[in-house]
Formats: sequence, C-alpha cells, structure tokens
Amino acid sequence: MPPNPVIKLDAIHKVYHTGEVDVHAVRGISLEIFPGAFVAIMGSSGSGKSTLMNMIGALDRPTGGHYWLDGIDVSTLGRDALADVRNEKIGFVFQGFNLLSRTSARENVEMPMLYHRHRISAAEQHARAMTALELVGLGPRAGHHPNQLSGGQQQRVAIARALVNRPTLLLADEPTGNLDSQTSIEIMGVFQKLNDQGITIIMVTHELDVARYTKRMVILRDGQIVTDELVPNRSDAETELRKLRTAQQAVKLADA
Amino acid sequence: MRIFASLRIAGRALLRNKMRSLLTMLGVIIGVGAVIGSVSLTSGATKQVEDQVSSLGESVITVFSGNFTSGGMRGGWGSAPTLTVADADAIASLKNVVAISAEVRDREQVLANGLNWNTQVMGESTDYPQIRNWTIAAGSMFSEQDVRALAKSAVIGKTVADELFPNENPIGQTIRIRNLPFLVVGLLGSKGFNLFGQDQDDVVVVPYSSHMHRITTRTFVNDILVEAANDKVIDAVQQDITDLLLARHRSKEQDFTVRNQLELMQAVTATSRTMGFLLAGVAAVSLVVGGIGIMNIMLVSVTERTREIGIRMAVGARAADILVQFLIEAVTLSAIGGVIGIALGMGFSTMIAHIQHLPMVTPVTWIVIAVVSSAVIGIISGFYPAWKASKLDPIDALRYE
Repeated sequence: MPPNPVIKLDAIHKVYHTGEVDVHAVRGISLEIFPGAFVAIMGSSGSGKSTLMNMIGALDRPTGGHYWLDGIDVSTLGRDALADVRNEKIGFVFQGFNLLSRTSARENVEMPMLYHRHRISAAEQHARAMTALELVGLGPRAGHHPNQLSGGQQQRVAIARALVNRPTLLLADEPTGNLDSQTSIEIMGVFQKLNDQGITIIMVTHELDVARYTKRMVILRDGQIVTDELVPNRSDAETELRKLRTAQQAVKLADA
Repeated sequence: MRIFASLRIAGRALLRNKMRSLLTMLGVIIGVGAVIGSVSLTSGATKQVEDQVSSLGESVITVFSGNFTSGGMRGGWGSAPTLTVADADAIASLKNVVAISAEVRDREQVLANGLNWNTQVMGESTDYPQIRNWTIAAGSMFSEQDVRALAKSAVIGKTVADELFPNENPIGQTIRIRNLPFLVVGLLGSKGFNLFGQDQDDVVVVPYSSHMHRITTRTFVNDILVEAANDKVIDAVQQDITDLLLARHRSKEQDFTVRNQLELMQAVTATSRTMGFLLAGVAAVSLVVGGIGIMNIMLVSVTERTREIGIRMAVGARAADILVQFLIEAVTLSAIGGVIGIALGMGFSTMIAHIQHLPMVTPVTWIVIAVVSSAVIGIISGFYPAWKASKLDPIDALRYE
C-alpha cells in the first residue's frame, strides 16, 4: 500500500479578476507528491508556477478544485487557519532570502516558533534554532546579522528558519536565483542532504541546471502540466562541486 | 504570540530609529509634562492656601456684624454694629461650641521704651489663641479674671515686640495705648503673613472688655469667633448660631453674617483651580496632537516594514499577531513618552515650587490619569496603522519593494 501523499492537488484552478479581463493563471492541475519527494516545478514566466507555488504554500486559495496538505483540505480554510498551516506544515525558502535585517541569524530562525500555536519555551526555541543552524553548517555564525553574512550563508539561515518548526514540506521559490553558480551548487547540496534525511522538498525554478538536482520535474505551460517525469541523469552536488574545483584549478594552472 | 516576545520586537523596532522614536514621543512628553506640571503647581498653590486656612483653625466660624442686604441697603461685613458681648455669651452656651472670642479691632499708636508703632489692637477673649491655633512664645495669655476686671494686660505679636523692644525681653514691660499703661504678659508665636498679605504678627491683643471700656467706648463687638468641636458639625453649629441670633435680635432680616474658614478657602482657591483646569485643558489638547504624531509615524512604519510583515505572515503570524505587534509598538512609544513627561513635569514643578516657595504636591491621581491616558492614546493612534498592517495580503507584502 503506497503512503498517503503529502500533497494532493485535485483539478486546481486559479482565476484572477483584474479589471474586465479574467486571468486564468492555473487551469486544472492535479498532482500527488509523496513523502521524501524532491520535486522541481518549472516553467517560463506566466506559466502559472508562482501562482501554483502560492497555493501549495497556503499563502493563497484556489478558486476551483481541492488541495489536501497532509490530509487537510487547505482550499477551504480561513485566514487564521492558513497561517497556522504555514506555521506548522510548511517551511519557506525565498529567492531574496527574506531575513529580518539587524536581527541575528539565531533570532531569524527562532521567528516561526514565536507564532507557534503551542507555547515553546525560550530555552527550547534557542536550542531548536541552534540545532537547525548546525544542520545547515552555520552553528558558529548564529550571532551574526544578515548583512554580516554572504548570500549563500543568508540562504542557509533561511533554510534553517524553514526547518525549525519541523514542517511536513519544504517549499523553495527560486532558492538559487540570487546566488553565483558555486554557491548555488552548495545550496542544492544542502537540499539534497535534507532530502536524503527524508524531508519532502518542492522547488520552483526556471533553470534546468538547478532542476537536475531534484528527483522529479513538473513543467508547466499556460497553467497546465505539460511534462511530469523523473529526472534522468540526476546531478549530485558533491560531484558537481568537485568538478567545478578541478576546473578552477585548471584555469589557475593555465594562467600560471 | 507571547506578549514578552512582542515587547522585544517592539523595543528593537523602536531602537532601530532612535531619533524618530524620540521625536514621535515628544508630543506625548510635552502633553503629559504640561498636565503634570500645571496640575502639581496648582495643587501646590491650593495646598498653600489650605495650610494658611488651617493655621487659622479649620473648624472656626466667624460671625460678622451687618449683612450685605441689611435694611435694604447693601452695606457689607462689619458695616452695622449689631453684635454684642451678650450675643457671644449666648453662642458660647450652644451645643458643639468649644470656644468663642468676642473680637473688637482698632488701629492704635502704641508707645513703649521711647519708641512708637502703629498697629492693630485687638480686644479678644481668653480662648483667642486656642481658636486661632496660636502659640504663646513667652509668658502667658491674659486670664479670665483679667477680662472680668478690665485688666490692662496685653499679649503682643512678634513684629510689635521687635519694633518696640529690640534686643529686649518684652515680658513684664509696659506699653502705652491712648496713654494707658498696659502690662505685657505674653508674646505670641510668629504666624507670618496671611492669605491677603497682612502681617499677622503686627498685633497687640488685650481683653475685649478693656478694649471696649478703656481704649474705645463701644457697646458692640466687630465680630465673634466661634470654634466648633470638629469640622463635621460646622454646618449644624452655623445654623444654630443663625437661629439663635435671629431670635435674639428679633429681626426678620439677618443683620449679621456667618462664615466659616472652608468657605473663605474655597473663594480663594477657586481662581487657582480655574487656572489649573485651563492649563490642564491646553495640555490635554497637546496630548491629542502627540497621539496624532504617533499615528502618523506608525503609518509610515507599517509601509516601510511591509516586507517584514509579509515574512512574518509567511512563517505563520496570524493577522492578530501583526495587529498586536504594532499596537504594542505604539503603546510603548506613548507610555515611555508619558513616563518621561511625568518626570519632566514633576522636575519642572519642583523647580518652580522651590523658586516660589510653594509647597510641593505630588498629584498622584493625575499621574495615574496621565499614564492611563497616554496608554489609551497609544492604543487609539496605533490601532488604525496596526489594523492596516494586519489586513495586508502576505503575497503582496512579500513582493513589496
């Protein structure tokens, strides 16, 4: 018997009413994602991937169809209930990191716990934030403010923040969009490692290179799924990093 | 969300813009400072009056001869001689009357020791020092026997003593009033100036009988001082006196006026009270202006931090959490402003009180009112911006640049 899906989309529609024209951003998407999956949602701009992402992330509700997250029908929930779902079930990683400035890495990571429905003691918040930071390799940087960290480090803080409430699902929106290629590979390495530990990850991206680190690719066009397939020749971040370093070494040798 | 965490977030947000927070608070600081300052100065002035009145004796009733409307002609207190020593004796036997003094006043040139001095010469009963809460600094008050015997005994005030007997003990000395020798038997303690700026120590007190028969030749007294048992029975005693005198004088119209110290005090403090309310009113207006300033800055702050609000909502903050966060920020601003305002207002009024030699009164009630109203102003002025923040759409807020 197959496990229950983490996410089950059933004929999801989203129509925006902007002025006189109705924009049909998502037109009947059905999708099941099981625990331990690592899915890339791809598509050019205007394909509806951001809209789909917002709905999966419980930031927005579909105008048609049903969405079950971990068995809960999210498409019928109210504002506050959606906030609780975001808090407990979903971890967000954004393209622009979205950390609070002038707030230490640890306090950024603690933030989701402030809004948890069950009170989490300050000591436990502290401990859990440190564990999450160590998981992404930033333990010693806990006291640094975002402007004292590199882009890759900031994104790691954001990943730690996304993980701290032990969500069912990690949702990443163009997580490497603001990073250089080497840092991008490092961040994808973090995601691969987390996925290996059993965390379900959904990532929106428009770069095929990045999508190749995932296990499954869903490609959208005009609000519909056009391709849904397993990733052939999946990239491994460690291998790619080694290749990149060798290449850099070669360039240096050639210059010398 | 926990209140403590909200307080920490608010504190950090306010510290991020120290100058702006301070300027925002300034409105509340000035408003609260002005309220506290004006109220505590006014209460100081009122307290001073009250102190002076109580130095006259709080439960003292004064019966003046004459009345504003006596005989259809408006005279005034003391305008018609209607009170007699017999009236005073009759009052003395009323219930709850513990002391009385028939009072006769006159200005006389007093001679002694080769010096002379023009002063108030009062004819009084032996109860006079008790009624006026007046101590005898040296010697003693003249006796009941002296009053009956029309004795030429006198008790003198400090100013008179200083003028006539510089560097000398006045007790046992003789002073001459209208060429009659009076023996100085006592020296009154210093009482200073009264409410109307008169030097209360510039006085010579003699038995009223001696005054009426030896110095002047009067059959009527100027007024009668009555001390009631306590300030609760004042009204009843006043009524008894009025009834008694009406019966004794067999007149339909009142040819005398009964006043107590409390009424006198109220008349004097009414002006300073009005002034105080006026000042507090102006201050309250500036408090409202301060509230508008807070609302303005909170609106700016919400716009500036739209992205932060989006992030908080994305990680699970409910609308109520955001509302509370911004409300706490506004309340923190105005509450801190209120506390600083209280400190400044108290400091200012202490300084003025010190310079003006006014008694310092801490207006506890008004401090509580100021704290509560500045918190309320914070809630009111913070509510709209906070509500606006909580109604943001997380997707739009996250996209906001």
